[in-house]
Amino acid sequence: MTDILSIAPRPSMTANKPLLEVRNLVTEFPLRTGIFRAVDDLSFSIEQGKTLCVVGESGSGKSVTARSILQIIDSPGRIASGSILLHQPDGTSLDLAKLDPRGRAIRSVRGRDIAMIFQEPMSSLSPVHTVGDQITEALRLHLKMGKAEARAEAISLLRQVEIPNPEKAIDRYAFQYSGGMRQRAMIAMALACKPQLLIADEPTTALDVTTQAEILDLISRLQKAHGMAVLFITHDMGVVAQIADDVLVMHHGVAKEYGPVEQIFHSPQDPYTRMLIGSVLKLEQKAEIRLARPPLDTTAAPLLDIRNLSMHFGDMKALDDVSISLLPGETLGIVGESGSGKTTMGRSIMRLYDPTGGEMRYRRADGTVLDLAKIGGAELKAARRELRMVFQDPFGSLNPRMTVSQVIGEPLLVNGIARGKDLDERVCHLMEQVGLDPTTRERYPHAFSGGQRQRIGIARAITLNPRIIVADEATSALDVSVRFQVLDLLMRLQDDLGLAYIFISHDIGVIRYMCDRVGVMYRGKLVEVGEADKVCNAPDHPYTQALISAIPRPDPRDRDHSRRFRYTEPDAVKNGSSAR
Amino acid sequence: MLKFVIKRLFWMIPSLFAVSFLAFVLIQLPPGDFVTTYIATLASSNEVVDQNTAAQLRERFGLDQPMLVQYLKWIWGIVTRGDFGLSFEWQQPVSGLIWERMALTLVLALASLIATWALALPIGVYSAVKKYSIGDYAFTAFTFFGLSIPSFLLALVLMYVAAVEFGQDVGGLFSSQYETAPWSIGKMYDLLTHLWLPVAILAVSSTASLIRVMRANMLDELPKPYVTTARAKGLSEFRLLVKYPLRIALNPFISTIAWLLPNLISGSVVVAIVLNLPTAAPLLLQSLMAQDMYLAGAFVLLICALTLIGSLISDILLALVDPRIRLE
Repeated sequence: MTDILSIAPRPSMTANKPLLEVRNLVTEFPLRTGIFRAVDDLSFSIEQGKTLCVVGESGSGKSVTARSILQIIDSPGRIASGSILLHQPDGTSLDLAKLDPRGRAIRSVRGRDIAMIFQEPMSSLSPVHTVGDQITEALRLHLKMGKAEARAEAISLLRQVEIPNPEKAIDRYAFQYSGGMRQRAMIAMALACKPQLLIADEPTTALDVTTQAEILDLISRLQKAHGMAVLFITHDMGVVAQIADDVLVMHHGVAKEYGPVEQIFHSPQDPYTRMLIGSVLKLEQKAEIRLARPPLDTTAAPLLDIRNLSMHFGDMKALDDVSISLLPGETLGIVGESGSGKTTMGRSIMRLYDPTGGEMRYRRADGTVLDLAKIGGAELKAARRELRMVFQDPFGSLNPRMTVSQVIGEPLLVNGIARGKDLDERVCHLMEQVGLDPTTRERYPHAFSGGQRQRIGIARAITLNPRIIVADEATSALDVSVRFQVLDLLMRLQDDLGLAYIFISHDIGVIRYMCDRVGVMYRGKLVEVGEADKVCNAPDHPYTQALISAIPRPDPRDRDHSRRFRYTEPDAVKNGSSAR
Repeated sequence: MLKFVIKRLFWMIPSLFAVSFLAFVLIQLPPGDFVTTYIATLASSNEVVDQNTAAQLRERFGLDQPMLVQYLKWIWGIVTRGDFGLSFEWQQPVSGLIWERMALTLVLALASLIATWALALPIGVYSAVKKYSIGDYAFTAFTFFGLSIPSFLLALVLMYVAAVEFGQDVGGLFSSQYETAPWSIGKMYDLLTHLWLPVAILAVSSTASLIRVMRANMLDELPKPYVTTARAKGLSEFRLLVKYPLRIALNPFISTIAWLLPNLISGSVVVAIVLNLPTAAPLLLQSLMAQDMYLAGAFVLLICALTLIGSLISDILLALVDPRIRLE
């Protein structure tokens, strides 16, 4: 790795002193089992007004790097060696790594020279203080403003980040804001003291693509206006391609590659970077497995025929008159942003909810048709064996106190299908099917990585030879390099077992890679249904067009923001809840 | 908010009636009544009461009437005249008896509450912030001792030490010369010198449990992202600690107000008896043992009313300090 680092400093930097120079940074976490190096001998620099993207998969140490700069590493982490030089406008330099993490010197840098925004805007804002209180705090602390002056400044900041009605919004609480607005408030808070460097730690990961596009635009506009440098941490190569000047690729705490964005994307040197870019580009087209398949028999009688399905929670119409059908052997994608009702749809099909109205006609193997929306008792129990679910969170959906063989074998056991040695053999076979080593079956879920856990979840779903699997954001929590492996596994199983999938996702790349047909949901309604190619490349409905336009393309040469637009419903806004 | 409070107050009325009736029935459930207990007491000092006198007594106290009639008479007196009846044992109005003791009960309860909070909150915060430090271990050891030592044992030991080693006058809240004297500076001072012992005993166990609760609450809040956000803003550790995690960690304490108020009366019975304190708790126990039903009934009613008022106050306070409850 050192050979890459020895290239630095790059020629452009020699002319002018960079704003921040990190040299041979090592951040360690002393654990009971020894010392864990989260960041290992990392060097990079950030110039005034430029954007450096630090990209890597989970556990790569990118977040710890960001926190090391401000010395706000979670306990028991600490900087072991290296230097972090902040070159100030007056010509002096300050080594942040040498400062006491609780001392006055580093505190005066935090928030004033270097500010930070975080991934989860809801939990990063205090639930019991108004947004205005939290913004004015930094102003009063660093700029010594008076109460009224700070308030006026906070209102103007909220206006700059395009929060509607800032005079009112300033006195609201974070939970009264929508996800995008919370992140805007976070940005306003970070920009309060006009910092020279903004560190953004996955600021758009928790947001919808259309909101993400707006937030990215906002950051880059503010960056130009203030001449501020940005250190942007993300796992999303699309975002990197859109905003970065320089890119630092991290893996297991080490820098794999460091250079201008053009070089990283178009002539990557390091094999890891190549793999990363490759797996992103892979999701830009159809899966090879699908290309090799014969075309789907569209004349077959649908396996599941959903007609006018509605699900209301009080006044909220989570599903509003949805009709769609699933053919045998088909992968049907359901795509939409948060709150569009796609998860409600999956759960209604599984009858985890009792739908308010409509039919779900399911054709059984013997040709009889039953309405999943109406059945109950033993019939529902029998149907649930044939409809299974794979969940989003590979950590939360496995019981930590059950071994993997118990997790996978449980459906067989509770349905009285297999026990003892027979059960054990079946579990081994299932684990082989999903690409796990059966000798590890007595381990507990914590011993497995995210991707492996999702394989366990898939094995559990196919235990009872189901005919339909509902996968709700099954790959969203996985790193890109693992994501397409799990998708490939799902498609292989589809060929082997003759499964039909309902694949719920917010990620158009995954849908394009995986699905035959796609339904697009918006506010509980299905606005468009069509072939995956058609919907992903040339959608008809304006909402789908807006959605597609907001997706960051993983190519730094394709940075045309002008074709992006936001969809507004033609029949005006119905309710006046402006803050939500 | 106002609507909510009025609704809650309105609902308190039927609950109070239901509880007062239940209390009345429960007190009468044990076999016998006050007269039987009275006769038994007299018999132990070799005085014999014949059946006629007993019947007369019952008639005088109204004990010969059906229970429902007794209850209605009692509750009618409370509602119309604020008259809680006459204590059989003391031959005094119940309200007078209770109020006489309430003032000192309140002083003792408030003093131990303040001592508890003043000690437990900072120690709990310190324990959480300096997790696994020597100080944390020391306080943890103290809390386990405090939780596991029965308070009456602590009372006996402390009384022994204070009386024998330091020659202090222990037991009660006043020295004998001030017991019946009117209030004066001297009596106040005398009260203070007597107060520290019961306060210390009462505070030990509640401080111990409160430290544990506070430490756990803070440990939940400290790693939350909003704390990191505040730190990234450049706030000093102390300021951010007080403003953010402490503020949220205090919320569970507000809910404890609901049972603090009834505890004024029924709490710390054992300690009060061991130390011979003139508070409400020993009187309550005595009235129950003597089947002095109007006095006991009034106590139960008071405890119930205080519970309802306490939970209303804590609900209102919670809504005031936590906007999530107020606005969602």
